[in-house]
Amino acid sequence: MKTRVLVVDDEEEFVEALSERLIMRDYDVTTSLNGEDAVEKVKSYNFDVVILDVAMPGMNGVETLGEIKKIKPLTEVIMLTGNATVESAINGMKLGALDFLLKPCETEDLISKIDMAYNRKAEHEQRIRDAKVQDIISSPRSVLK
Amino acid sequence: MIAEQGIEYESALRFFGKMSASVSHEINNTLAIINENAGLLEDFALMADKGRAIDPARLKTIAEKILIQIHRADSIIKNMNKFAHSVDERVRSVDMNDLLQLMIELSSRFASMRGVTIELKRPAEPLFITTNIFFLENLLWQFLDFAMDITGQEKTVFLNADITENHILIRFSQLEGLKSAPRNTPSVTMTEGLLDALKGKLTTNIEAGMIILTLPKDINR
Repeated sequence: MKTRVLVVDDEEEFVEALSERLIMRDYDVTTSLNGEDAVEKVKSYNFDVVILDVAMPGMNGVETLGEIKKIKPLTEVIMLTGNATVESAINGMKLGALDFLLKPCETEDLISKIDMAYNRKAEHEQRIRDAKVQDIISSPRSVLK
Repeated sequence: MIAEQGIEYESALRFFGKMSASVSHEINNTLAIINENAGLLEDFALMADKGRAIDPARLKTIAEKILIQIHRADSIIKNMNKFAHSVDERVRSVDMNDLLQLMIELSSRFASMRGVTIELKRPAEPLFITTNIFFLENLLWQFLDFAMDITGQEKTVFLNADITENHILIRFSQLEGLKSAPRNTPSVTMTEGLLDALKGKLTTNIEAGMIILTLPKDINR
Protein backbone atom coordinates (compact mmCIF):
# COMPACT_ATOMS: atom_id res chain seq x y z
CA MET A 1 0.00 0.00 0.00
CA LYS A 2 1.24 3.51 -0.78
CA THR A 3 2.27 5.83 2.06
CA ARG A 4 -0.53 8.37 2.57
CA VAL A 5 0.89 11.87 2.87
CA LEU A 6 -0.88 15.17 3.56
CA VAL A 7 1.09 18.29 2.50
CA VAL A 8 -0.04 21.49 4.27
CA ASP A 9 1.33 24.90 3.29
CA ASP A 10 -0.27 28.25 2.40
CA GLU A 11 2.11 28.67 -0.57
CA GLU A 12 0.02 27.02 -3.30
CA GLU A 13 2.85 26.84 -5.83
CA PHE A 14 5.04 25.06 -3.28
CA VAL A 15 2.30 22.57 -2.41
CA GLU A 16 1.62 21.82 -6.09
CA ALA A 17 5.26 21.21 -7.02
CA LEU A 18 6.12 19.18 -3.91
CA SER A 19 3.02 17.00 -4.20
CA GLU A 20 3.74 16.30 -7.88
CA ARG A 21 7.27 15.18 -6.99
CA LEU A 22 5.99 12.93 -4.20
CA ILE A 23 3.34 11.41 -6.50
CA MET A 24 6.13 10.62 -9.01
CA ARG A 25 7.82 8.73 -6.17
CA ASP A 26 4.68 6.69 -5.63
CA TYR A 27 3.24 8.39 -2.54
CA ASP A 28 -0.51 8.87 -2.14
CA VAL A 29 -0.63 12.65 -1.72
CA THR A 30 -3.39 14.99 -0.55
CA THR A 31 -2.87 18.75 -0.22
CA SER A 32 -4.19 21.49 1.99
CA LEU A 33 -3.60 25.25 1.98
CA ASN A 34 -4.45 25.98 5.61
CA GLY A 35 -4.57 24.43 9.05
CA GLU A 36 -8.36 24.35 9.36
CA ASP A 37 -8.76 22.40 6.10
CA ALA A 38 -5.91 20.06 7.07
CA VAL A 39 -7.63 19.19 10.35
CA GLU A 40 -10.89 18.41 8.49
CA LYS A 41 -8.99 16.15 6.07
CA VAL A 42 -7.23 14.36 8.94
CA LYS A 43 -10.65 13.69 10.52
CA SER A 44 -11.95 11.98 7.39
CA TYR A 45 -8.86 10.15 6.12
CA ASN A 46 -6.18 8.07 7.76
CA PHE A 47 -2.89 9.70 6.73
CA ASP A 48 0.43 8.12 7.64
CA VAL A 49 2.43 11.35 7.51
CA VAL A 50 1.57 15.05 7.53
CA ILE A 51 4.11 17.58 6.20
CA LEU A 52 3.13 20.79 7.93
CA ASP A 53 4.31 24.36 7.38
CA VAL A 54 4.86 26.27 10.62
CA ALA A 55 3.91 29.80 9.52
CA MET A 56 0.40 29.88 8.06
CA PRO A 57 -2.43 32.42 8.31
CA GLY A 58 -5.30 31.43 10.57
CA MET A 59 -4.52 28.25 12.46
CA ASN A 60 -0.72 28.12 12.49
CA GLY A 61 1.39 24.98 12.12
CA VAL A 62 1.86 24.37 15.84
CA GLU A 63 -1.89 24.76 16.54
CA THR A 64 -2.68 22.46 13.60
CA LEU A 65 -0.21 19.90 14.94
CA GLY A 66 -1.99 19.97 18.32
CA GLU A 67 -5.38 19.32 16.64
CA ILE A 68 -3.99 16.52 14.44
CA LYS A 69 -2.44 14.77 17.43
CA LYS A 70 -5.76 15.01 19.32
CA ILE A 71 -7.66 13.39 16.43
CA LYS A 72 -5.07 10.88 15.20
CA PRO A 73 -2.26 10.48 17.74
CA LEU A 74 -0.46 7.91 15.60
CA THR A 75 -0.24 10.08 12.49
CA GLU A 76 3.33 11.32 12.23
CA VAL A 77 3.99 15.00 11.56
CA ILE A 78 7.07 16.59 9.98
CA MET A 79 7.24 20.38 10.41
CA LEU A 80 8.51 22.55 7.56
CA THR A 81 9.94 25.92 8.42
CA GLY A 82 11.86 28.92 7.17
CA ASN A 83 14.76 30.03 9.41
CA ALA A 84 12.59 32.62 11.13
CA THR A 85 10.37 29.99 12.70
CA VAL A 86 12.83 27.30 13.80
CA GLU A 87 11.87 27.89 17.43
CA SER A 88 8.23 27.14 16.62
CA ALA A 89 9.28 23.95 14.85
CA ILE A 90 11.24 22.86 17.92
CA ASN A 91 8.17 23.63 20.06
CA GLY A 92 6.25 21.47 17.60
CA MET A 93 8.59 18.58 18.30
CA LYS A 94 7.90 19.00 22.00
CA LEU A 95 4.20 18.67 21.10
CA GLY A 96 4.73 15.43 19.23
CA ALA A 97 6.09 16.24 15.77
CA LEU A 98 8.61 13.64 14.63
CA ASP A 99 11.10 16.09 13.12
CA PHE A 100 11.43 19.36 11.26
CA LEU A 101 13.01 20.44 7.99
CA LEU A 102 14.25 23.84 6.90
CA LYS A 103 12.90 25.31 3.66
CA PRO A 104 14.12 24.98 0.98
CA CYS A 105 14.82 21.32 1.68
CA GLU A 106 16.61 18.56 -0.16
CA THR A 107 14.08 16.14 -1.61
CA GLU A 108 16.10 13.15 -0.45
CA ASP A 109 16.06 14.46 3.14
CA LEU A 110 12.31 14.88 2.98
CA ILE A 111 11.80 11.43 1.45
CA SER A 112 13.96 9.78 4.10
CA LYS A 113 12.03 11.56 6.87
CA ILE A 114 8.68 10.56 5.34
CA ASP A 115 9.83 6.93 5.17
CA MET A 116 11.14 7.09 8.73
CA ALA A 117 7.80 8.55 9.86
CA TYR A 118 5.87 5.84 8.01
CA ASN A 119 7.98 3.09 9.64
CA ARG A 120 7.55 4.63 13.08
CA LYS A 121 3.77 4.77 12.66
CA ALA A 122 3.70 1.19 11.39
CA GLU A 123 5.76 0.07 14.42
CA HIS A 124 3.38 1.86 16.80
CA GLU A 125 0.38 0.26 15.15
CA GLN A 126 2.04 -3.16 15.31
CA ARG A 127 2.78 -2.68 19.01
CA ILE A 128 -0.85 -1.78 19.65
CA ARG A 129 -2.02 -4.88 17.73
CA ASP A 130 0.47 -7.07 19.66
CA ALA A 131 -0.74 -5.65 22.97
CA LYS A 132 -4.36 -6.44 22.02
CA VAL A 133 -3.43 -10.00 21.05
CA GLN A 134 -1.53 -10.33 24.34
CA ASP A 135 -4.65 -9.13 26.19
CA ILE A 136 -6.79 -11.74 24.44
CA ILE A 137 -4.26 -14.52 25.17
CA SER A 138 -3.92 -13.57 28.83
CA SER A 139 -7.66 -13.18 29.42
CA PRO A 140 -9.65 -14.77 26.59
CA ARG A 141 -12.97 -13.96 28.27
CA SER A 142 -12.33 -10.25 27.68
CA VAL A 143 -13.03 -10.87 24.00
CA LEU A 144 -16.55 -11.98 24.85
CA LYS A 145 -17.32 -8.86 26.87
CA MET B 1 20.98 60.34 17.56
CA ILE B 2 18.12 58.01 18.28
CA ALA B 3 18.52 58.26 22.06
CA GLU B 4 18.86 62.06 21.83
CA GLN B 5 15.49 62.27 20.09
CA GLY B 6 13.78 60.30 22.85
CA ILE B 7 13.42 57.15 20.79
CA GLU B 8 14.51 53.93 22.33
CA TYR B 9 17.44 52.56 20.38
CA GLU B 10 16.24 49.06 21.18
CA SER B 11 12.75 49.59 19.75
CA ALA B 12 14.17 51.09 16.54
CA LEU B 13 16.45 48.09 16.20
CA ARG B 14 13.52 45.76 16.95
CA PHE B 15 11.55 47.35 14.09
CA PHE B 16 14.49 46.94 11.69
CA GLY B 17 14.93 43.33 12.83
CA LYS B 18 11.22 42.55 12.45
CA MET B 19 11.14 43.82 8.88
CA SER B 20 14.39 42.04 7.96
CA ALA B 21 13.19 38.74 9.44
CA SER B 22 9.90 39.00 7.54
CA VAL B 23 11.71 39.74 4.27
CA SER B 24 14.11 36.82 4.74
CA HIS B 25 11.14 34.54 5.43
CA GLU B 26 9.47 35.70 2.19
CA ILE B 27 12.65 35.13 0.18
CA ASN B 28 12.94 31.69 1.74
CA ASN B 29 9.41 30.87 0.58
CA THR B 30 10.20 31.86 -3.00
CA LEU B 31 13.43 29.83 -2.88
CA ALA B 32 11.46 26.81 -1.64
CA ILE B 33 9.10 27.09 -4.63
CA ILE B 34 12.01 27.52 -7.07
CA ASN B 35 13.71 24.53 -5.43
CA GLU B 36 10.68 22.25 -5.88
CA ASN B 37 10.10 23.34 -9.47
CA ALA B 38 13.79 22.90 -10.34
CA GLY B 39 13.51 19.46 -8.75
CA LEU B 40 10.51 18.74 -10.97
CA LEU B 41 12.56 19.64 -14.05
CA GLU B 42 15.28 17.30 -12.80
CA ASP B 43 12.71 14.53 -12.34
CA PHE B 44 11.45 15.05 -15.89
CA ALA B 45 15.04 14.94 -17.22
CA LEU B 46 15.59 11.62 -15.42
CA MET B 47 12.35 10.29 -16.90
CA ALA B 48 13.46 11.41 -20.37
CA ASP B 49 16.78 9.60 -19.82
CA LYS B 50 14.76 6.45 -19.23
CA GLY B 51 12.93 6.95 -22.54
CA ARG B 52 9.70 8.51 -21.26
CA ALA B 53 8.24 11.20 -23.54
CA ILE B 54 8.03 14.61 -21.84
CA ASP B 55 5.46 17.18 -22.90
CA PRO B 56 7.33 20.42 -23.79
CA ALA B 57 4.30 22.47 -22.69
CA ARG B 58 4.68 21.00 -19.20
CA LEU B 59 8.33 22.07 -19.10
CA LYS B 60 7.37 25.56 -20.27
CA THR B 61 4.80 25.87 -17.47
CA ILE B 62 7.39 24.91 -14.86
CA ALA B 63 9.93 27.38 -16.29
CA GLU B 64 7.26 30.11 -16.15
CA LYS B 65 6.53 29.28 -12.52
CA ILE B 66 10.23 29.59 -11.69
CA LEU B 67 10.40 32.96 -13.47
CA ILE B 68 7.38 34.25 -11.52
CA GLN B 69 9.13 33.36 -8.27
CA ILE B 70 12.36 35.01 -9.42
CA HIS B 71 10.41 38.23 -10.13
CA ARG B 72 8.74 37.91 -6.73
CA ALA B 73 12.09 37.49 -4.96
CA ASP B 74 13.55 40.37 -6.98
CA SER B 75 10.77 42.69 -5.88
CA ILE B 76 11.17 41.60 -2.22
CA ILE B 77 14.92 42.26 -2.39
CA LYS B 78 14.39 45.69 -4.02
CA ASN B 79 12.01 46.64 -1.21
CA MET B 80 14.51 45.45 1.39
CA ASN B 81 17.21 47.47 -0.32
CA LYS B 82 15.07 50.63 -0.29
CA PHE B 83 14.27 50.01 3.36
CA ALA B 84 17.91 49.41 4.30
CA HIS B 85 18.94 52.68 2.60
CA SER B 86 16.37 54.66 4.57
CA VAL B 87 18.95 55.10 7.34
CA ASP B 88 21.58 56.56 4.97
CA GLU B 89 20.63 60.21 5.56
CA ARG B 90 19.08 61.77 8.63
CA VAL B 91 16.61 63.79 6.59
CA ARG B 92 15.65 63.55 2.93
CA SER B 93 12.78 64.04 0.54
CA VAL B 94 10.48 61.23 -0.73
CA ASP B 95 7.11 60.84 -2.38
CA MET B 96 4.79 59.92 0.50
CA ASN B 97 2.82 57.57 -1.77
CA ASP B 98 5.96 55.63 -2.67
CA LEU B 99 6.81 55.34 1.01
CA LEU B 100 3.30 54.13 1.90
CA GLN B 101 3.48 51.60 -0.94
CA LEU B 102 6.83 50.36 0.37
CA MET B 103 5.45 49.97 3.89
CA ILE B 104 2.41 48.10 2.56
CA GLU B 105 4.67 45.70 0.69
CA LEU B 106 6.99 45.24 3.67
CA SER B 107 3.94 44.56 5.84
CA SER B 108 2.28 42.18 3.36
CA ARG B 109 3.34 39.01 5.18
CA PHE B 110 2.01 40.34 8.50
CA ALA B 111 -1.23 41.30 6.72
CA SER B 112 -1.67 37.93 5.03
CA MET B 113 -0.99 36.11 8.32
CA ARG B 114 -3.95 38.04 9.76
CA GLY B 115 -6.08 37.68 6.63
CA VAL B 116 -6.04 41.47 6.17
CA THR B 117 -5.69 43.50 2.95
CA ILE B 118 -4.15 46.99 2.97
CA GLU B 119 -5.31 49.23 0.14
CA LEU B 120 -3.63 52.47 -0.83
CA LYS B 121 -5.80 55.09 -2.53
CA ARG B 122 -3.03 56.68 -4.52
CA PRO B 123 -3.48 60.14 -6.07
CA ALA B 124 -1.98 60.85 -9.49
CA GLU B 125 0.31 63.60 -8.20
CA PRO B 126 3.35 62.88 -6.01
CA LEU B 127 3.23 64.20 -2.42
CA PHE B 128 6.75 65.10 -1.39
CA ILE B 129 7.78 65.11 2.23
CA THR B 130 11.17 66.03 3.68
CA THR B 131 11.68 64.15 6.90
CA ASN B 132 13.53 61.38 8.72
CA ILE B 133 12.53 58.43 6.56
CA PHE B 134 13.49 55.67 8.97
CA PHE B 135 11.53 57.21 11.83
CA LEU B 136 8.55 57.70 9.53
CA GLU B 137 8.70 54.08 8.37
CA ASN B 138 8.84 52.97 12.00
CA LEU B 139 5.86 55.18 12.88
CA LEU B 140 3.84 53.98 9.86
CA TRP B 141 4.50 50.37 10.85
CA GLN B 142 3.24 51.03 14.41
CA PHE B 143 0.02 52.41 12.91
CA LEU B 144 -0.36 49.66 10.31
CA ASP B 145 0.22 46.98 12.93
CA PHE B 146 -2.43 48.55 15.15
CA ALA B 147 -4.84 49.15 12.24
CA MET B 148 -4.61 45.52 11.08
CA ASP B 149 -5.74 44.40 14.55
CA ILE B 150 -8.85 46.59 14.59
CA THR B 151 -10.00 46.52 10.98
CA GLY B 152 -13.28 44.72 11.67
CA GLN B 153 -15.17 42.25 9.51
CA GLU B 154 -14.18 43.72 6.15
CA LYS B 155 -10.55 42.91 6.94
CA THR B 156 -9.35 45.80 4.78
CA VAL B 157 -7.38 48.83 5.97
CA PHE B 158 -7.61 51.83 3.65
CA LEU B 159 -4.69 54.18 3.49
CA ASN B 160 -4.39 57.52 1.76
CA ALA B 161 -2.20 60.58 1.86
CA ASP B 162 -3.27 64.14 1.30
CA ILE B 163 -1.53 67.49 1.21
CA THR B 164 -2.28 70.90 2.74
CA GLU B 165 -0.19 74.06 2.53
CA ASN B 166 2.36 72.95 5.11
CA HIS B 167 1.41 69.41 6.01
CA ILE B 168 0.92 65.88 4.76
CA LEU B 169 -2.04 63.99 6.19
CA ILE B 170 -2.03 60.20 6.29
CA ARG B 171 -5.36 58.53 6.95
CA PHE B 172 -5.84 54.96 8.14
CA SER B 173 -9.54 54.20 7.68
CA GLN B 174 -12.20 51.49 7.93
CA LEU B 175 -11.00 50.73 11.44
CA GLU B 176 -14.31 49.38 12.70
CA GLY B 177 -12.73 48.13 15.89
CA LEU B 178 -11.58 51.61 16.91
CA LYS B 179 -14.71 52.08 19.06
CA SER B 180 -14.17 48.93 21.07
CA ALA B 181 -10.35 48.84 21.04
CA PRO B 182 -8.91 48.87 24.57
CA ARG B 183 -6.80 51.82 23.45
CA ASN B 184 -7.59 53.94 20.42
CA THR B 185 -4.02 54.62 19.31
CA PRO B 186 -0.97 52.38 18.91
CA SER B 187 1.34 51.93 21.89
CA VAL B 188 1.82 55.42 23.33
CA THR B 189 5.34 54.80 24.60
CA MET B 190 6.36 53.49 21.21
CA THR B 191 4.87 56.28 19.10
CA GLU B 192 5.31 59.35 21.32
CA GLY B 193 9.05 59.60 20.72
CA LEU B 194 8.61 59.05 16.99
CA LEU B 195 5.82 61.64 16.74
CA ASP B 196 7.96 64.19 18.61
CA ALA B 197 11.00 63.46 16.46
CA LEU B 198 8.93 63.84 13.27
CA LYS B 199 7.04 66.90 14.64
CA GLY B 200 3.88 64.97 13.93
CA LYS B 201 0.40 65.04 15.40
CA LEU B 202 -2.10 62.25 15.84
CA THR B 203 -5.89 62.60 15.75
CA THR B 204 -8.51 59.89 15.89
CA ASN B 205 -12.08 60.00 14.65
CA ILE B 206 -13.60 57.08 16.51
CA GLU B 207 -17.04 57.44 14.91
CA ALA B 208 -15.55 57.36 11.40
CA GLY B 209 -13.12 54.57 12.33
CA MET B 210 -10.18 56.69 11.25
CA ILE B 211 -6.73 57.62 12.51
CA ILE B 212 -5.08 60.67 10.99
CA LEU B 213 -1.39 61.33 11.15
CA THR B 214 -0.34 64.92 10.38
CA LEU B 215 3.29 65.58 9.48
CA PRO B 216 5.11 68.74 8.36
CA LYS B 217 5.91 68.77 4.63
CA ASP B 218 9.42 69.82 5.56
CA ILE B 219 10.73 68.91 8.99
CA ASN B 220 13.49 71.56 8.70
CA ARG B 221 11.08 74.49 8.50
